[in-house]
Amino acid sequence: MSTCKLLLALGAAGALAAGAALAQSPNLGKTISEADIRAWDIAVLPDGSNLPPGSGTAAQGATIYAQQCALCHGENGVKPAPGYSPMVGLQKFDRMDAPKTITYYEHATTIFDIVRRGMPFMAPRTLSDDQVYAITAYLLAINKLIDEKEVMNAQSLPKVKMPNAGKFIIRFPDRI
Amino acid sequence: MSISKRRSTTPADSPPPVAGNGLLHRRALLGQGFLLAGAAATGFGASGNSAAAEPLKDDPWSLTMGDPTPPRQGPSRFEKNVVRLLSNPNHEPRNSHARTPHHMIQGSITPSALHFTINHSGIPDIDPAKHRLVIHGMVRQPKIFSLEDLDRYPMVTRMAFVECGGNSAPMFSSEPMQVSAQQLHGLVSNSEWTGVLLSTLLDEVGVDPKAKWFLAEGGDSCALHRSVPVKKGFDDAMIALYQNGERVMPGNGYPMRLLLPGYQGNMNVKFLRRIKLIDQPAMSFYEAKTYSQVLPGERFWRFHFLQEVKSFITHPSFGHSLKGPGYYDISGVAYSGTGRIARVMVSADGGKSWAQAALQGDPQPMAFTRFRMPWRWDGQPVVLLSRAWDEAGNVQPLRAEIVAARGQSSQPVKNPNQFINQHYNSVTSWGIDSKGEIKHVYV
Repeated sequence: MSTCKLLLALGAAGALAAGAALAQSPNLGKTISEADIRAWDIAVLPDGSNLPPGSGTAAQGATIYAQQCALCHGENGVKPAPGYSPMVGLQKFDRMDAPKTITYYEHATTIFDIVRRGMPFMAPRTLSDDQVYAITAYLLAINKLIDEKEVMNAQSLPKVKMPNAGKFIIRFPDRI
Repeated sequence: MSISKRRSTTPADSPPPVAGNGLLHRRALLGQGFLLAGAAATGFGASGNSAAAEPLKDDPWSLTMGDPTPPRQGPSRFEKNVVRLLSNPNHEPRNSHARTPHHMIQGSITPSALHFTINHSGIPDIDPAKHRLVIHGMVRQPKIFSLEDLDRYPMVTRMAFVECGGNSAPMFSSEPMQVSAQQLHGLVSNSEWTGVLLSTLLDEVGVDPKAKWFLAEGGDSCALHRSVPVKKGFDDAMIALYQNGERVMPGNGYPMRLLLPGYQGNMNVKFLRRIKLIDQPAMSFYEAKTYSQVLPGERFWRFHFLQEVKSFITHPSFGHSLKGPGYYDISGVAYSGTGRIARVMVSADGGKSWAQAALQGDPQPMAFTRFRMPWRWDGQPVVLLSRAWDEAGNVQPLRAEIVAARGQSSQPVKNPNQFINQHYNSVTSWGIDSKGEIKHVYV
């Protein structure tokens, strides 16, 4: 057998093996397009990927907050109901029992994400994207992390400078 | 190769001396020869301290036909107090914890009805026929699976503990809280899980090599999501469908949950409905805030994946009392997120002397191992503690070591449900006074 024929034969055997492996996979479930997953695909990443179109300001957010959030989290973000987190708090986290507030987060995108996916607690995913941007802007502004007039949208939100950025240590880097 | 064989090849296996305050050799009482030898050595034998029993007669239940057989049986009506401890019994609109009563159960499997749960927005009432798991993002072909589909995939069965990152957090309190092992350590439980390896499904969708993480998301109303390294997904992650032989309990993630053996409980996403392959961690609420730990010097940990080696004595412990001097079987659980338990040492004198505990069965990786230590109490005050080692060589820290590295609360903690920090794994000490009353102490 010539080298060429040998290689062809080996190639054919390889293709057969690959076909057999594929046939062995249960290959159950259905295929689905990313477009059809859209309604569930709500997670926002810290670089801003997957942030929706829309925008909001702190002034707009203040009104929505008073109606939708203040009952649990406190008027103006302070003095929450027992068992709930305040939205304004410490600037320093130098003891373990310091309650973590908005200023703790390394990325402002996390605030948008948790409001959009989980709030208001009794009626999650009922706020519009504009409303979520507005509440996020309000929470950032009352913690003096952005100016009151700053517009939050898919471009500006990931650029907000968070005070704790750079202070986080990955506990088990070898497991990533 | 079993761990006992491996251990027997090490010099450390030579039987240690019996330790202070009445600890007996771990093989005492297992064989009569040893019992007699031990009795001679310790003065503990047939005479013991047992009193003469009353003459026997039939009890009423022995003289009449018993109760009908129910289709699904529950515990005896005399066991009504063996229940989980609830943090939110009135179902207020917030999270809800149910803690395992470790001081009232035995063995190494946590009964499913007593497995701890933490739910952040209640327990969703999921119709298994309508539930779907979608896997998408950085994959060759996104796919969606029904429970029926997953039931046809090759399954595996394994033991694994699941532990909340905040379990044992009351021990960060500057003063020892006078609460039970259930309140201190009730956010860890151990089950036999059956399901489909995530790697099987990842192979079906074809993962882009540039995907370093996946996010796992639940079908509960808070759509809880966490980022997990793809590495763990291909290593031993499971889509768990069964818990101790029956469908996963509603509070534990029915009809399917992510199981990441040895990893922080919150990452083992319940009611799992979506996995998205991504190139960066999502920095979700729970990884960015709740399960990020404040360290001394204004530094913070994130991605504390591992539940590190831990043990605690469940019998006797706070909430029990000893009924006079004599023989007691000390026991507890030990586990590690980095492998099998290799050794557990027990002390009855606050850590001055230690004796090696007997391990029950063959320790499994990332699973509970029950340990036992025969003990003859002389009625004097003692401090009992246990300390575990895992097969990777990790040792459970002493409390002073954790406090030196991590700190403790600035004020004594009053509310035992409060999580002032997470990932606490030091030894637990139970102080027993001459009346047999048990307190939680720091040594």
